Amino acid sequence: MKYTKDHEWVVYDAPEFTIGITEYAAEQLGDVTYVELPQEGDWLEAGDEAVVIESVKAASEILSPASGEVVEVNQELADNPALLNEDPQESGWIFRMVPEDPSDFGDLLDEDAYAMLTSQ
Amino acid sequence: MKMDNLLRTPLYDLHTQCGAKMVPFAGHSMPLYFAGGALKEHRATRLSAGLFDVSHMGQVIVRPVEGGKARTARLLEGLMPIEIENLPAGRQRYALLTDSQGCILDDLIVASREDHYLLVVNAATKQSDVDHLKDSLGGACEVSLLEDRAMLALQGPKAESALRAAVDGVPNMRFMDCVTIPSPFGELWLARSGYTGEDGFEVSVPNRHARELARTLLAQEEVIPVGLAARDSLRLEAGYSLYGADIDTTTTVVEAGLAWSVGRSRRKGGSKEGGFPGSDVILRQMAGGTRRRMVGLQPQGRLIARAGFRIFDDNVGAAQVGVVTSGGFGATINRPVALGYVDAGSLSCTTLHFEARGRFHGIKIVPRQSIAPNLNKG
Repeated sequence: MKYTKDHEWVVYDAPEFTIGITEYAAEQLGDVTYVELPQEGDWLEAGDEAVVIESVKAASEILSPASGEVVEVNQELADNPALLNEDPQESGWIFRMVPEDPSDFGDLLDEDAYAMLTSQ
Repeated sequence: MKMDNLLRTPLYDLHTQCGAKMVPFAGHSMPLYFAGGALKEHRATRLSAGLFDVSHMGQVIVRPVEGGKARTARLLEGLMPIEIENLPAGRQRYALLTDSQGCILDDLIVASREDHYLLVVNAATKQSDVDHLKDSLGGACEVSLLEDRAMLALQGPKAESALRAAVDGVPNMRFMDCVTIPSPFGELWLARSGYTGEDGFEVSVPNRHARELARTLLAQEEVIPVGLAARDSLRLEAGYSLYGADIDTTTTVVEAGLAWSVGRSRRKGGSKEGGFPGSDVILRQMAGGTRRRMVGLQPQGRLIARAGFRIFDDNVGAAQVGVVTSGGFGATINRPVALGYVDAGSLSCTTLHFEARGRFHGIKIVPRQSIAPNLNKG
């Protein structure tokens, strides 16, 4: 598992990236009330807004960590947005994409780098 | 070690022990929500009882120096458009401090006590309110901001039973009654009121007993601690405006939809017509209407329309007709809820649009109250 500085996690299981938010992010968001998911088949450029998460505190955008095609979204979040608070790093995954360039994975933060980011 | 310049209420340690996420609010460190989260706190308040720390709010005593309580009442009536002279001891009323433009310096509660008045004002405005009161009332009244009392709000259908279990000698009270009772927690000033749309009490307690009283209330099975996030979503569902967000010195009383709070005798043709700051503007607008108006707003999807989001009568952003002043998620009605101002010409539009992050979403004008308030009118 790797991370972005925007508190997303990415798992690479060729050919797909699975993307979600970290426990730290879920904690900061407070209760999630709605997740606006992308559509399967959407093409996202790296840095595009992929997901909007509404919480009691604010709306937060999830930016696509790579360019590629959305191949699956976690529909369970549409019915049960609280899953993002309860289990953000497992059953609360948000979407899967097939990246144009899988080597983007290497540019993401590793566990130690992300731990340093959140300890500051 | 205290690392910031934020003020702490007497319940600060209790909040942190209860797992509160603390945030700065009006110069105070206040709980945003506790370990269970804001949605749970919101629902628990509607179904059972929630305990809120509102110690950051200002408790201001206005006591006659000369001319007795009746003179003080008349002087206060010169600052706000409610009737105070006819408010008997043991009753309180919602009031507005207005300026010469008919705009709102603060919204507050005026409680009539034995030989003086207690004003409960907003945290961010308490010092400016006290300055304004002192300047305006001159030597006829003594105005003091209490520093030695905290305030708790206990709200929800089980608030009364929880309060009775914690404190002996609570008399029967109707909505907007206020009384003073002795207790093991010092002298309590009880009011049957609140800002959630639920039955409940606001309790002024000496600082040194505040934590003990809060602990005793929280020991009741039906009571959980509630933070500012749920306080905001509860008042939004009840359609109550928030000072500093929905109303301020740029909004008139009539635009804000608060003309109902203008006392009958202070209105056009009344026995005490006008006589408060901005009365010319307010009475004229009550008769002739305003350019814009505060309304309840319901986003059509699940996205929350938040404060500052612009409202259009089209879905491309060509003609702005309003603005959202506060919005959140109504956990009782299970959908977003908002308040905002809409131009008079667009009040009859069936569907407007709000802009969120460059996209447009449908939003409807609805009654301000999303829930039927559950108040003990007696």
